[in-house]
Amino acid sequence: MSNIKKAFENGKAFIAFITCGDPDLETTGNAVREAVKNGADLIELGIPFSDPTAEGPVIQGANLRALNGGITTDKIFEFVRDLRKDVSIPLVFMTYANVVYSYGAEKFISTCNEIGIDGIILPDLPFEEKEEFSDVCDKYDVDLISLIAPTSENRIAMIAKEAKGFLYIVSSLGVTGARSEITTDLNSIVNVVRENTDIPCAIGFGISTPAQAEKMASLSDGAIVGSAIVKLLEKHGKDAPKYIGEYVRSMKEAIA
Amino acid sequence: MTNPKGRFGVHGGQYIPETLMNAVIELEKAYDHYKNDPEFNRELQELLNEYAGRPSRLYYAEKMTKDLGGAKIYLKREDLNHTGSHKINNVLGQALLAKKMGKTRLIAETGAGQHGVATATAAALMGMECVVFMGEEDTKRQALNVYRMRLLGASVVPVKSGTATLKDAVSEAMREWTSRIDDTHYCLGSVMGPHPFPTIVRDFQSVISKEIKEQILEKEGRLPDAVIACVGGGSNAIGTFYNFIEDKDVKLIGCEAAGRGIDTFETAATVNTGRLGIFHGMKSYFCQDEYGQIAPVYSISAGLDYPGIGPEHAYLHDIHRAEYVPVNDDEAVNAFEYLSKCEGIIPAIESAHAVAHAMKIAPTMDKDKIIVITISGRGDKDCAAIARYRGEDIHE
Repeated sequence: MSNIKKAFENGKAFIAFITCGDPDLETTGNAVREAVKNGADLIELGIPFSDPTAEGPVIQGANLRALNGGITTDKIFEFVRDLRKDVSIPLVFMTYANVVYSYGAEKFISTCNEIGIDGIILPDLPFEEKEEFSDVCDKYDVDLISLIAPTSENRIAMIAKEAKGFLYIVSSLGVTGARSEITTDLNSIVNVVRENTDIPCAIGFGISTPAQAEKMASLSDGAIVGSAIVKLLEKHGKDAPKYIGEYVRSMKEAIA
Repeated sequence: MTNPKGRFGVHGGQYIPETLMNAVIELEKAYDHYKNDPEFNRELQELLNEYAGRPSRLYYAEKMTKDLGGAKIYLKREDLNHTGSHKINNVLGQALLAKKMGKTRLIAETGAGQHGVATATAAALMGMECVVFMGEEDTKRQALNVYRMRLLGASVVPVKSGTATLKDAVSEAMREWTSRIDDTHYCLGSVMGPHPFPTIVRDFQSVISKEIKEQILEKEGRLPDAVIACVGGGSNAIGTFYNFIEDKDVKLIGCEAAGRGIDTFETAATVNTGRLGIFHGMKSYFCQDEYGQIAPVYSISAGLDYPGIGPEHAYLHDIHRAEYVPVNDDEAVNAFEYLSKCEGIIPAIESAHAVAHAMKIAPTMDKDKIIVITISGRGDKDCAAIARYRGEDIHE
């Protein structure tokens, strides 16, 4: 049974995204620990990619800073091994298909299992291509997490039926980044999801304020926040963890 | 695979965000319908003939042939098309398709600016809105084309992310498409990206080899021994190869931009220096580091300055049907000057890569052999940059 479901046993889940190595892995570790201490239920650890086509400018910037700092997949694996000594909440990787493919799918995903990564999110791997990695993910008990978009319509049921871990519902068209307003009819999407699967679903893309998080979590099982956290890292650098802690607390309190 | 669609061997596929899946499925359905629709084909043929000026000439380069002293050389003159390159073939097809699909806005990426100019042209003709994404570095290298696009009514968005070249322009166009799908068609300029783009673009460009075949049979009564084209993403090359794939005696040669050489990091020769990966919607060969980070490639030619290659080319390489050879900056610039002086034809610096390889192999071939070089575009846009390369500072 997936470890990821534990993230949804503590009321509505607050899911935080952090790019590994921005500005360095020590700061990433401190940021994760602060987020956990302040109520984060699941952490998405971003493995930087040179050309992140699903990301807006904020997370693109984080990827660039991390890569310029010399971050690699191997260094991130070592970092997670160390993080797992005192962080027990579910952890998933978020990266792009080529990072996994180039490393060797079996080698990458077996290492995920070994170091305690519970799932993996690949925004450029839609339902039609998931067999690229799904067999290996099943073999090593790593959940390959599916995304549903505002344009998915007739595809929602098909995706939900085969979903693993949790379903990542993309709130809006476009790339990651804060939005003042989310206009998609998410209620209808969640209804179709519920009819087709028992696994939890959380909403992400564009969420930055406690009020938005509360609304999104009320429609689903949780809220995912990335760019707003990465912005704190961009602004405060090594001092960001304490601000991230405060921010996560305000978000978790809003949705609880 | 449960979904073998859009695969060329292991290459191709649809590695794109879920947000775009219904858009590419809708595009595939529309294309499957219209490609067999007589009215669509009649309209497209009329545009190609009356507006773009097809068929393009197959010109016997007699002086070049004598000078090199080997194989007989023909030039397929895609540079004579309206807008100055082969890009118009694909753009007219896609713009017409988009219009039939009810789209009112075209977005495109561009490297050298030729695809951007062609897209802006088709948009002007068909009364559609047009936005072109172009790496900021390329907007400087190809300032004239930026002005042409604006003159044609398009807006040009300089892309500052990454290496600020073609790959970043593709990424930004994809990002734009995920944010606005309803009224917008992404008019992709090469045989790359997710299925069905590599197939659609190939089909629209295959007119090049269809014409070469007819023209060479008329002039020589037989097929050529080799056809040669430059390859970035690979649209003029696949257009040049396609109708010869089954003719096993016709050698298919793609010329990759080697930049400062394939033994340096400043190269864009994907087949020669890259390895299998997944990027920009497709599985194919890419220049990348050991962790799969896409390499910041380099070529003097903005149109070939791309770290990947179309999936059908990757497949033709795998099965040894086509050969992909590296041509460096120096060789291309020499060929640019050579063709200008020898035949009075100024080729695009992209096409000059194909000319350069022909200059290497023609003298080694017998005089009864025939090679066809596709001159994919005209070189006016490159004059200032080549002058600078030669140390002469001229301003457009």
